[in-house]
Amino acid sequence: MNRTVFLGALAAAGVTAGVAGAATLDDVKARGVLNCGVNTGLVGFAAPNAEGEWEGFDVAVCRAVAAAVLGDPSAVEFVSLTGKTRFTALASGEIDMLSRNTTWTFTRDVDLKFEFTGINYYDGQGFIVPRELGVSSATELDGASICIQTGTTTELNLADYFRKNNMEYDPVPIETNAEALQLYNEGSCDAYTTDASGLAASRATFENPGDHVILPEIISKEPLGPLVRHGDNEWGDVVRWTLNALIAAEELGITSANIDELSQGTNSPEINRILGTEGNLGEMLGLDPDWAVRAIKAGGNYGEIFARHIGESTPIGLARGLNAQWTEGGLMYAPPFR
Amino acid sequence: MSDTHAQAAQLAFVRTETIPPAPPPVAEAGIVKWLRENLFSSVGNTLLTLVSLWAIWWVLSATMPWIFNGVWNADSLRECREILDGATGACWAVIRERWTQLLFGVTYPADSYWRPTLAFVLLFVALAPVLFPKAPRNLLPFTAIYPFLAYFLVWGGSVWVPVMAAAGFVVGYLVFQRLVAQSFAMGFFGAIAAALVFWSLSGLVTPTLTAIAPVTLEAVPSRDMGGFMLNLILGTVCVSLSLPIGIALALGRQSDMPIIKWICVIFIEFIRGVPLITLLFVANVVLAYFLPPNSTFDLILRVIIMITMFASAYIAEVVRGGLAALPKGQYEAAAALGLDYPQAMRLIILPQALKISIPGIVNVAVGLFKDTTLVSVIAMFDLVGMIRGPILASTEWNGVYWELFGFAAALFFVVCYGISQYSQWLERQLQTERR
Repeated sequence: MNRTVFLGALAAAGVTAGVAGAATLDDVKARGVLNCGVNTGLVGFAAPNAEGEWEGFDVAVCRAVAAAVLGDPSAVEFVSLTGKTRFTALASGEIDMLSRNTTWTFTRDVDLKFEFTGINYYDGQGFIVPRELGVSSATELDGASICIQTGTTTELNLADYFRKNNMEYDPVPIETNAEALQLYNEGSCDAYTTDASGLAASRATFENPGDHVILPEIISKEPLGPLVRHGDNEWGDVVRWTLNALIAAEELGITSANIDELSQGTNSPEINRILGTEGNLGEMLGLDPDWAVRAIKAGGNYGEIFARHIGESTPIGLARGLNAQWTEGGLMYAPPFR
Repeated sequence: MSDTHAQAAQLAFVRTETIPPAPPPVAEAGIVKWLRENLFSSVGNTLLTLVSLWAIWWVLSATMPWIFNGVWNADSLRECREILDGATGACWAVIRERWTQLLFGVTYPADSYWRPTLAFVLLFVALAPVLFPKAPRNLLPFTAIYPFLAYFLVWGGSVWVPVMAAAGFVVGYLVFQRLVAQSFAMGFFGAIAAALVFWSLSGLVTPTLTAIAPVTLEAVPSRDMGGFMLNLILGTVCVSLSLPIGIALALGRQSDMPIIKWICVIFIEFIRGVPLITLLFVANVVLAYFLPPNSTFDLILRVIIMITMFASAYIAEVVRGGLAALPKGQYEAAAALGLDYPQAMRLIILPQALKISIPGIVNVAVGLFKDTTLVSVIAMFDLVGMIRGPILASTEWNGVYWELFGFAAALFFVVCYGISQYSQWLERQLQTERR
């Protein structure tokens, strides 16, 4: 059986180069399952629980898309990917979409030929310091020793930031996150710097999380979002507007609690258009009118997903910050549904 | 005579019976003697003993409270810490909650855990007649059936797929029996051709057979395999496949036929010159570019092929060492008896060469078994992948390192120590010559 597959694969190997343009939406519908690439495990963003169910902030995007396209948030085959294998898995068609805390950069978008379909989390590099140090801003870190992972962009960002602010620092180079936390907890460095969401997740594992402060300054841009292959714009639209529907739902006050009531019809034309009681947005996407209702029901609107997996009531305890709605001073801004 | 009596009479005391044997002095017997001789025989040794005792006490006093004061009932690391309330103790609760995931992976269906467990138990039954000369010989047919039975148990699906696969081997064997009288090569290649033809034809029949006699277990895709089960699958499959392939490569490398010889040399040298992790990346990443989208050339199968290639190259070199160690006289004696090449190899050369190679082969096998944890870097959830990925990334257990990696180390130690003890026993069993 596998042999025939292999022979067929060899025969077909030569003609696969242009296949990426095939209609992913039709493939997913025919298959009945969405293949979604996720992290092998990142606290709050993607991890299987004790029952083997995947959950997390990135996983919720996969489930919303599966609910919109297939009507079932559990019709997802989660393919766990490392930082090294994620892009080949997407490019080769092994997965339909990648939702794996991937930073949107120029080269990934243009050179690797992917299509970022939005941003579900604005991350950035931050600092963590012990509370007893009495530091409340990164600008007070002049002369501090700072643990930093070597060979990462965070190292370069740190150098830039201190040079720009005319400050001195003493770098303590280390290899891995676990090692860095060890050194930081021993007091070998005054501060540790990496992505702010990672700092928050790590702080949650400390014996006394309250003794450490994550400073408010964010010194780099790390916009994370789901992505699909270049060349299949219909499928890209489905993923993009599913994410936008979640974000718009929060802005417009559509929650998993009131969605049944709202989908009977409201006085707000935009809510009606999103929920399919007015207009034919779903049809334009190649889906049925209820697509957004199902996507929002899968895990709630953007704010509910945020609160459940990484928000302030969870052990990770991330504040909304940049990820608040634009109406509340954040950057979450869904284009109009019309 | 009388003189002595007279002298004896003048003496105050004469012992008339032999002295009963006295117990040896305390310092020269039992535990005290052992201690004196082995631990306190000189000042230097005494010092070393005291330092060692202190070191042992130091390690145990640090680890024992941690192990035995551990918390078994908690739902998260935070809860563990609350229960311990500052005291030293492990958070074993993570093992209690996640042990099925550590053994079987995230997505293997829970109501089917008995299947890989049964396959694991039967593995010993199947291995017994191969590994132990005293085990009942009539278990051998079961050994032959076992690979197909184990595949059926672990992967599930229709029973006819493994049955047809097994039947293909039977067909190949029958053809071999027919043709081997003419020449070994003809029998060998005829058998392979017959089996291939049978397998491609059986692909057409299997669906019908399944419809007629639907003996099926719930099918579990390879992607759902994980945990220690995955390490064991990769380890046993790759070791048992790489042994015959490695022997063939070693013989090929010694062959007089230049094409076969150079193919074997290039294969061995190329594979040995490349790190295993590179081969795994090739299996996972590069092959994906050459396969058509949506094709399901199983990832586990790809990894098995790569690890088997890697292990065969090493085993080939070990076996070649064994072949080279045999005196030339053995080859000449075989030829003098009128045996042809396959007979000479099967009856004279290989039994001796393999016996010499046992330590090396076991070394490769143990190393290979531990190397299966490398698959975690290509995002397969083996035991280490399970720990590094899903479990440490859950909000409940983020930060539990020692308990999880200690558990993994214990599992691997049990298996690897077992293998090495077996190999030492086997060497003693086969020790027939002067040493």
